[in-house]
Amino acid sequence: MNDYNQLIFELSKPTRMSYSLPENDVDDSAIDEVIAEKYLRKEDALLPEVSELDVVRHYTLLSNKNYGVDTGFYPLGSCTMKYNPKVNEDLASLDGFTTLHPLQPTSTVQGALKLMYELQNLLEEITGMYKVSLQPSAGSQGELAGLMLIKAWQQARGEGHRNKIIIPDSAHGTNPASASMAGYKSVEIKSNDNGTIDCEALKAMMDENTAGLMLTNPNTLGLFEKDIIEIERLVHDAGGLLYCDGANMNANLGITRPGDMGFDIVHLNLHKTFSTPHGGGGPGSGPIGVTKALEKFLPVPRIVEIEGHYDLNYDEENSIGMVKSFYGNFGVMIKAYAYILTMGKNLKKASQYAVLNANYMKEKLKNHYILPIDNCCKHEFVLAGLGENEHHITTLDVAKRLIDYGYHPPTIYFPLIIDSALMIEPTETESKETLDGFIEALIKISEEAKTNPVQLKTAPHHTPVRRLDEVKAAREPKLRWK
Amino acid sequence: MKVMADYYYTKNHEWLRMEGEKAYIGITDYAQKSMGDIVYVEIPELEEFFDKGSCFSVIESVKTASDIYMPVDGVVTQINNTLEEEPESLNEDAYANWIIGIQLKDKEQLKELMTGEEYETFCK
Repeated sequence: MNDYNQLIFELSKPTRMSYSLPENDVDDSAIDEVIAEKYLRKEDALLPEVSELDVVRHYTLLSNKNYGVDTGFYPLGSCTMKYNPKVNEDLASLDGFTTLHPLQPTSTVQGALKLMYELQNLLEEITGMYKVSLQPSAGSQGELAGLMLIKAWQQARGEGHRNKIIIPDSAHGTNPASASMAGYKSVEIKSNDNGTIDCEALKAMMDENTAGLMLTNPNTLGLFEKDIIEIERLVHDAGGLLYCDGANMNANLGITRPGDMGFDIVHLNLHKTFSTPHGGGGPGSGPIGVTKALEKFLPVPRIVEIEGHYDLNYDEENSIGMVKSFYGNFGVMIKAYAYILTMGKNLKKASQYAVLNANYMKEKLKNHYILPIDNCCKHEFVLAGLGENEHHITTLDVAKRLIDYGYHPPTIYFPLIIDSALMIEPTETESKETLDGFIEALIKISEEAKTNPVQLKTAPHHTPVRRLDEVKAAREPKLRWK
Repeated sequence: MKVMADYYYTKNHEWLRMEGEKAYIGITDYAQKSMGDIVYVEIPELEEFFDKGSCFSVIESVKTASDIYMPVDGVVTQINNTLEEEPESLNEDAYANWIIGIQLKDKEQLKELMTGEEYETFCK
């Protein structure tokens, strides 16, 4: 059954059923008496007709194909695929949380509001920011909200003409996308040979139209921007604000804080740093933290505490408004709150181990792959593939071959400033044995690249589908069944 | 890597070819190779004006999306619509397939671009 590969529609047989309802013991009424004619469907719904066993087996077999942190090592750079403790799931599924309605009177949801308020306080302490809003539901949305705050602040100062956001060439693609969505023009600043910001180049770019700089620290190469104090001075002297993309916060917990580095705004990814599941593209959570000067622009509602009583305050005339329906993704917040309380002071150790694990792997692999910047890294590092080689083995070939060894491949071809990048982020939750297993697989692959290149070019070999034709998929996408 | 001797080049791997008073602009062989299989080319509107160094097109490949920048100031006078249907033609021959044709604003700007020989050295 390993090669099971069917759609539920392909199992369908007319009249086969998954249910047997007891006899109806209330009076039946005609459907067109209760639902207006125009809302009634004219033809039968095309639902699959399958037995209960068909359904169970179908979805169980499909779920067995899944690969996640619960089944194996997932060193996807920049994504922080750490283990998500099950106790967090347990707490988030307590009836007291799951049966809440978002429109209940606040007096009946004091526990939930208290949790959110305290989570804000914890994140304020961790980031060194004055106030946090939990509302944005993803990192990218946190970015957009943060940029809207920059705009609101500058407009309030009569500097609405500032239209330029500076973004390093190593940044996540969401940064320029968010800047465009917020109505800014993004301007790229090139990294220097050490993979960090070139302060001289930054100085030359700052002018009266600069609204701010978006910076990830450590950056996407896993390198700490050591000149951050100088960068902070340059941006603020020019009247701009400093935005911290908190995607790499997993390197900083308890060690350094965006607030102390002089950032005005930071977004966090609860689904990365604070151990909530990444899901299938959601739900995420991207709280933003800001300085005192920006607080009044934060999204509403704000959670307020008055003598032990919690409430939602919509009354803030300078606010940029709501960025998400209701209050953000509450379930994710419960998990992050539980994680932070469970870890306590050990959050610092999480970052220390994440950094140690990355450096351990980097040192073990640097003689087998190209390491373009040989410096102490933070929680992740970037290799430049195998370099020029006899059989033209590419980073894509290496990644596909890793699947044969039972691993999820790292992030590839990102960041763009490193040719043929392999971006590895082991996280703190993996054991030395797991790290060694992965290192060994990568070293074996580098040997296969010389001795058995066909094996790499045709990988993966043991997956339900073999190497996909990504070009054809992009040029002629088939987006529906039949 | 293929380089055309009589073309002009930028550090961002765009080329410019003069044909009488008109100029054609595309991406170099080096650029198409490092992008990998190209799957989409965004083409600007006719008569749009672009400053030197501003982004006039975006090329998506299976690996990445890359901004393509103007080598000189100019107005778009021709667009290569076939790239919408056949983006792969840039992989097949990056020099034969231009993206836009323009009317230059200032011919003096050509002096700021690299010659074929200089570009070849630049890529080493």
